[in-house]
Amino acid sequence: MIKYTEVMIRYGELSTKGKNRKDFIGRLAGNVTKVLRDFPEIEIHPRHDRMHIVLNGAPFEQIDKRLKKVFGIQTYSPAIKVPRTLKDIEETSLALMQETFKDGMTFKINTKRADHRFEYDTNQLNNLVGDYLYDHMDNLKAEMKHPDLVLRIEVRSDAIYISNQMLHGIGGMPVGTAGKAVMMLSGGIDSPVASYLAMKRGVEIEMVHFFSPPYTTEKALAKAKELTGILANYCGKINFIAVPFAEIQETIKEKIPEGYLMTVQRRFMLQLADRIRAKRGGLAIFNGESVGQVASQTLQSMVAINDVTTTPVIRPVATMDKTEIIDRAEKIGTFDLSIQPFEDCCTIFAPPRPKTKPKLDKARAYEDRLDAEGMIQRAMDSIEVTPIYPNQKFLDDKAQEDKDLL
Amino acid sequence: MIYFDNSATTKIDPSVLATYDKVATEIWGNPSSLHKMGDRAHQLLEASRKQIADLLGVKQHEIFFTSGGTESNNTAIKGTAFQKREFGKHIITSSVEHASVANAFTSLQNLGYRVTRLPVDKDGRVNVNDLRNAIDSDTTLVSIMGVNNEIGTIQPIEEISDLLSNYPTIQFHVDNVQALGKNIWDKVFTPRVDLTSLSAHKFHAPRGIGVLYKKEGKMLTPLHDGGGQEKGLRSGTENLPAIAGMAKAIRLLLENEPEKAAKEEAIKEKIIDYLQDKPGIKIFSPANAVFAPHILCFSLEGIRGETLVHTLEDQDIYVSTTSACASKTADEASTLVAMRVDDKIATSAIRLSFDETNTLAEADQFIEVFDKIYHHFAKINHLGEN
Repeated sequence: MIKYTEVMIRYGELSTKGKNRKDFIGRLAGNVTKVLRDFPEIEIHPRHDRMHIVLNGAPFEQIDKRLKKVFGIQTYSPAIKVPRTLKDIEETSLALMQETFKDGMTFKINTKRADHRFEYDTNQLNNLVGDYLYDHMDNLKAEMKHPDLVLRIEVRSDAIYISNQMLHGIGGMPVGTAGKAVMMLSGGIDSPVASYLAMKRGVEIEMVHFFSPPYTTEKALAKAKELTGILANYCGKINFIAVPFAEIQETIKEKIPEGYLMTVQRRFMLQLADRIRAKRGGLAIFNGESVGQVASQTLQSMVAINDVTTTPVIRPVATMDKTEIIDRAEKIGTFDLSIQPFEDCCTIFAPPRPKTKPKLDKARAYEDRLDAEGMIQRAMDSIEVTPIYPNQKFLDDKAQEDKDLL
Repeated sequence: MIYFDNSATTKIDPSVLATYDKVATEIWGNPSSLHKMGDRAHQLLEASRKQIADLLGVKQHEIFFTSGGTESNNTAIKGTAFQKREFGKHIITSSVEHASVANAFTSLQNLGYRVTRLPVDKDGRVNVNDLRNAIDSDTTLVSIMGVNNEIGTIQPIEEISDLLSNYPTIQFHVDNVQALGKNIWDKVFTPRVDLTSLSAHKFHAPRGIGVLYKKEGKMLTPLHDGGGQEKGLRSGTENLPAIAGMAKAIRLLLENEPEKAAKEEAIKEKIIDYLQDKPGIKIFSPANAVFAPHILCFSLEGIRGETLVHTLEDQDIYVSTTSACASKTADEASTLVAMRVDDKIATSAIRLSFDETNTLAEADQFIEVFDKIYHHFAKINHLGEN
């Protein structure tokens, strides 16, 4: 098994220029640092054309898993740094090819010289290494236009870097480059997918989650946090903001006609999300609504609910079918956790027949009966912010203890 | 001390007891409770079930927890008979079953079911042709043990399975209390088996816990009604410490199973080598593929099994007679009697049963002690003098 010493990262969406480009690279370097934070030996060098990671002994297989999930990476290549001698180049090239080459594949050698003082020029190196490989391997076939394998030899002043794999990142924009927003995270299937899509476009999100003890259990809260932990793989860290919502729900239940319970609850949720956004310097609100999926997500409901703010409310999964959303959720890794059946605050106090076409003026009028400002303030005073890191566990599933016992 | 009575019960494994203790004192919530103590217990319950299912190569929801072999057998047999009573009331078993099977059939007979008890050959085996002839359109259940508890015969479960594949509506139960961990599982637990019974104290786990395997889709009338635990098949608060202990014990039992079974077989062979050709000694469980590796039954002419047991006990060696009832009422429930062994010989039989903790050194020790006993009794009874 070859031990890679470095990783070369190539950036996505290179059309960005000037200050934006600097911001792009800076954010990406920061995000890569965060997802690799438990490998302190790693050095990260962001450069204008690519990012260079020195592994210093960290295992590439694990770094690879993390890099696959960082937005803003177009492609990346694990490489081996060797001294500037022909012998080292030849031997390492052979080892790499032997590990990756399979019968029937085609290949080519692609040498680049950043340092032109090196004793061999590009063509000489291509020929020398090519001859060496032919001498030591069978069934090699060169192909210049569409080779299956490209052996890249990069001559730099400090050393020579050899790689022969080009791995695909997930693209998108580094999280943070598009600014900050709040994400309304319920714990269902849709909102984690919406979160992923927001981050893909470079939005730094903070999760806003409503919880209503004792109507909702600690497990529902833990589940939402654990979902956030899965999503944190894509940016390194996400703040989770828990908003107590029981008082508001109880008051609404007591004072609002049944048909409008849901509409008015949603209006309060959106107002709270907007307050939190303003307080924390966000620019927009994201949620996981999908048009027509449930009573609160009809266009009529959106009119009656969205009425409480002029802040952009962005709904990344608005036009996706449920099956498409589930597909995405499975790929992101949130699906299995999302379908765990813990009651959340959207299902408790759900009226049996919510209005699918609520009237805006009625919603406003009913809400006026309540001390909205007082309740919102009390909720705002009790919010709790928790930073959540990749794959952090909150559901105390005790699987390890079970394993030890059994 | 030499303990050669592992088919009666086994010594609990200290690590299994540690699991029992930890669960009993730390995870003592009721698995049905809604709060987190209940949740925790429920999680462990299902993790135990899954582990057992995985080890047996079956589905998690096919494993049901009972209080042991007797309950598993009764649930499988009576549960089937009751469930299928409208389709027929003919049920079939062998004449060499454990009392928990034999007497369950007797109870059903008293309730008006028609019972066929299949005869056995000189090895204690049922004949598949007898079963074929016994099956009729009223037959709803066949219950045949995997390994006989008295002499260790492995019943032809594979052949019976082939036959019963032509009768998909007959429920096939196999009492496998003596069969797990003896490297013969594939022979006694075929895909055709619908129901099978296990008892935890036969493999170093606590008493009072067992497994009933019930194949997906098969129906049983529950014998214990109540709170609906075990999917309604067996109500009653789950015995979680014992269940977790059993799950661990099965894992330990099946580690290096072939080596352990070979070790038991080697002990059995060594003792058989010694007993072979001794005047007055008759071996009922030879070392061959028809018999399980861990059970050795033989008789010493002229000496009651009971006497032999106590004589060995005086030397700190623990074994069994084959069947307590055979000495009192020699009319039923004895494998040897079913094999048409002469009554006098049958009552003079003893059973040695080994497990993986026994050693060849213990076999040597046994032989040394037994040899003195043998010569003493042989002299009294004039064995080998004509």
